[in-house]
Amino acid sequence: MADRLSRNRTRTAWLFLTPMLVVLALVAAWPLLRTIWLGLTDANLLHLDDSKWVGLDNYTGKGGLLHDKVWWSAVRNTLWFTLLTVSIETVLGTVIALVLTRTFPGRALVRAAVLIPWAIPTVVSAKMWSWMLNDQFGIVNDLLLKVGLIDGPKAWTADPGLLMTSVVLVDVWKTTPFMALLVLAALQMLPKECYEAAQIDGVHPVKVFFKVTLPLIRPAVMVAVIFRALDAIRIFDLIYVLIGSRESTMTMSIYARQQLIEFQQVGYGSAASTLLFFIVALLTIVYVLVGRVKLGSD
Amino acid sequence: MPPITTGRVVKTSLFYLLVLAIVAFAVFPFYYAILSSLKTSSQLFDIDYFPVRWNFGNYVGVFRDNPFATNLWNSLLVAVVTVMVSLFLGVTAAYALARIRFRGRGLLLMTILGVSMFPQIAVLSGMYQLVRALGLYNHLGALVLSYMIFTLPFTVWVLTTFMRELPKELEEAAILDGASPWVIVTRVFMPLMGPAIVTTGLLAFIAAWNEFLFALTFTLTNNERTVPVGIATMSGASAHELPWGNIMAASVIVTLPLVLLVLVFQRRIVSGLTAGAVKG
Repeated sequence: MADRLSRNRTRTAWLFLTPMLVVLALVAAWPLLRTIWLGLTDANLLHLDDSKWVGLDNYTGKGGLLHDKVWWSAVRNTLWFTLLTVSIETVLGTVIALVLTRTFPGRALVRAAVLIPWAIPTVVSAKMWSWMLNDQFGIVNDLLLKVGLIDGPKAWTADPGLLMTSVVLVDVWKTTPFMALLVLAALQMLPKECYEAAQIDGVHPVKVFFKVTLPLIRPAVMVAVIFRALDAIRIFDLIYVLIGSRESTMTMSIYARQQLIEFQQVGYGSAASTLLFFIVALLTIVYVLVGRVKLGSD
Repeated sequence: MPPITTGRVVKTSLFYLLVLAIVAFAVFPFYYAILSSLKTSSQLFDIDYFPVRWNFGNYVGVFRDNPFATNLWNSLLVAVVTVMVSLFLGVTAAYALARIRFRGRGLLLMTILGVSMFPQIAVLSGMYQLVRALGLYNHLGALVLSYMIFTLPFTVWVLTTFMRELPKELEEAAILDGASPWVIVTRVFMPLMGPAIVTTGLLAFIAAWNEFLFALTFTLTNNERTVPVGIATMSGASAHELPWGNIMAASVIVTLPLVLLVLVFQRRIVSGLTAGAVKG
């Protein structure tokens, strides 16, 4: 009787799961396998269906990705961008989270204000900043000139030497709130006793942070860092709208889309997409291991 | 109350200075977009830090010079349908994953978490072919379908976490009364899941409303474009003369509802975001 009941329950489970699984197979599994397969062909956007199998030519062939300087520069740019943004965002996010754990008048308002950049669509933030960073009429140049930090207007979105700085600035603005929220959540789960003990002992707050708080929130912050890194490594919208497809800020996603759509080389572009996928997959495995996610265990 | 000393005053002032700096950095770009959107095209090129005039010309212009109303409608339609479909699929799947023990459940949850990490670009060419094969190219349906790849995993994930916490007794009582699983989900659990449904629905709405890469790739004509693509491709008489006034007005129009949502549902959004990442 109990056995039949549990078998019934299992059947119900699969019945309730099927619609979701079918959709996920259709929009995730199939397109992914198809992309990997296309990466092994010479497919072209205009005639996708009569493509020829070329094996690993798109990767290791003479004109393959591994011999393409632009691809390697895209890999370097992506990693450099990820390293810069994630570390700046972690530090700033932690500072903001520490501020928000204190009780002070107007705290709720400050927390809401901090969330605003997160809520603004990426394309819109790129446009807002591209106006603020305008070389002739931009307020950023005006402000920096007034303060005396620069001697002449800078072309923030045109000068190849400045492009990465601009992109990092806008991404930090947009994503630090997310980091702050995750660190804040970790801080709020800490036992209060540690602080009280430290306070009574008269330990300097900075020392309390590095000796007590940081070690305690480190696991949660590590998860947040990897989560953010996974996001940063696939960046597309912000750079595409703020800069376009310029070589000095070309990331792997921008490179892949340019090959796929603009150059119509679906085979080659799919190979680039596939490489990006495997990099992200590798990091995801690290994420799961570090996060020690307990799944379905009870 | 501790005595007021010079050191204390300095410390407190520095703290509030930091708070002020954080708020200024977070809010200024949006403030400046509003300020710029209210200027006439000739005033736009004078740099001002405070509002000079209230001119709503750009808000008229953005609808007159662009198919912006159509873009807004498309975005709304795509976001609402995406939310409804992913909530339906999410709630049914979460019931199975949270309330029923069966073989392969852990692996399934792991796979779903894995899908949420997929870079959109990794499925772009395959998705393009799928969209073409289904006859959905340059059709809003292509967007609803493709958005499932990022709304579905976290909807299932957050709803499963939430449903796991619901008391066992409720379900047992319903089973004794002879309720079918479908009745249990819709009549017993759904009424209790208001907060979780609002949170996940809101996050899915924002994600769909903001999406750019798929919308840019799978739609071709102005009539099918959503707002992010519309704003990104807004152009003036020449490539070097972007209509900044219109773009800023459009940016404010798109962002205002989101900012209001965030202010109203602040707590819900924060708990939804952290549920996915920290608690795991």
